[in-house]
Amino acid sequence: MPDTTLERVIRVIVKTQHYPPDKAALVTEEATFADLGIDSLDGINIVFALENEFDVSIPDEGAKTMKGVVDIVQGIDKLLSEKSAAS
Amino acid sequence: MSSHRVAITGFGAFCAAGRNASQVWQSLRDGRSGIGAWDGIPGLRMPVAARIQGYQPLEHVSERETDLLDLFAQFALIAAREAVKHSGIELTQSIQENGAVITGCAVGGKTTEDDGFVDLYRKDKSRLHPMVVPRTMANAAASIVATEFGLTGPSFNFATACASSNHALAHGYRMVRSGELEVAIVGGSEAPFSYGHLKAWEALRVVAPDTCRPFSQGRRGMVLGEGSGMLVLEPFEAAKARGATIYAEIVGAGMSADAHHITQPTVEGPSRAICAALRSAAIPPTAVGYINGHGTGTLANDATETAAIRTVFGDHADFIAVSSSKAVLGHTLGAAGALEAIATTMSLYEGVLPPNANYLAPDPDCDLDLILGMARPTDAEYALSNSFAFGGLNAVVAFRRV
Repeated sequence: MPDTTLERVIRVIVKTQHYPPDKAALVTEEATFADLGIDSLDGINIVFALENEFDVSIPDEGAKTMKGVVDIVQGIDKLLSEKSAAS
Repeated sequence: MSSHRVAITGFGAFCAAGRNASQVWQSLRDGRSGIGAWDGIPGLRMPVAARIQGYQPLEHVSERETDLLDLFAQFALIAAREAVKHSGIELTQSIQENGAVITGCAVGGKTTEDDGFVDLYRKDKSRLHPMVVPRTMANAAASIVATEFGLTGPSFNFATACASSNHALAHGYRMVRSGELEVAIVGGSEAPFSYGHLKAWEALRVVAPDTCRPFSQGRRGMVLGEGSGMLVLEPFEAAKARGATIYAEIVGAGMSADAHHITQPTVEGPSRAICAALRSAAIPPTAVGYINGHGTGTLANDATETAAIRTVFGDHADFIAVSSSKAVLGHTLGAAGALEAIATTMSLYEGVLPPNANYLAPDPDCDLDLILGMARPTDAEYALSNSFAFGGLNAVVAFRRV
């Protein structure tokens, strides 16, 4: 079975932030950027990495409203379904 | 405002000639050049360079710092950490509030910019990495060093080409002297080895195909280098009170603009900067015993610099020992003045003047008392370090033995 959006998002965050395993374990669906100590620049780097991972374009407004993992997963799923509907 | 004497209490260096200040000084004293063949880039006429061979970022900075920082800012952080440790200064709250970082960097994060533009123009990628701007900005080194040590005073970067870090030293000196700063970390860094930037240097036809031979007959140009030098400046009395080793004093700084041509140097501009440094230090020309020359190894610079020294010092020029560090360090652009300040400081501290390496034979246009072959013992009390930039912006710093 292919990886879920959640799994891929978590992988992107862990890789972008260079989290060691103990910190990586804290990146769950419920985790917020505030919980994880992710600042606005980190957030922009994560958005860039997500765009590459999912081959989508995340609008500036969307990037600003992402406050945690669940927001990202929902946002990405929405973009992916728009993309598949358009193709 | 009160006026303080300005002490140099520590320094750090990271470049082709050594991975710390002590190694770099050793290379300078022995005339052992950091210039060498490098793997280069196909299609580039630049067979030699002063590169930090085998640089592995993670041996020096964290993974996160490699994300945030272009090479030039990594080099600055490495040198600044060494400098602060070397100085032994305790960064109290007062010192942090009245402490600053003043850097020179001429070209900024060229490798970051180049990689980004390759993505954009060659690979047709639709977006650039978000870190391109913060990694590319030339003030990134000042910002990261200020952050590292919690220094919240007025910090900034000078981008005056080859004179960048001498302008940084000059301003750091003035701000410590005036009492505005309790500590200044001053210096510079550069990492110019990106394909696009090197092609631009190649086009200018000032880069030597063999090596850098300052003030020598048969010199064929400059050799680009990378790295960083950082120095810690403090009020003399404060440094003395805390029992710090004071390696030398900065006693003056003079600056000028040629106001003549975007690349061709003049004799008058550098002469005026040297005179201004002497006036600033309140010393007569006859007090100067050593000049660490700008000495890039280009035909134009070394002859005009010689003429400038002759203009200012007259007959006393015959009694001033001169050497350029660029045969050993390469031309590290924004880092050059800082690395050469470390060379000048150690020269006075140890009473040993480093040789002018890679010398072949006398050039009548460079008839100075060059230090040739071996290092030369000295009892010089005052020394100058010259930096003359493309664009005719000149900065000369005056040092005194302690």
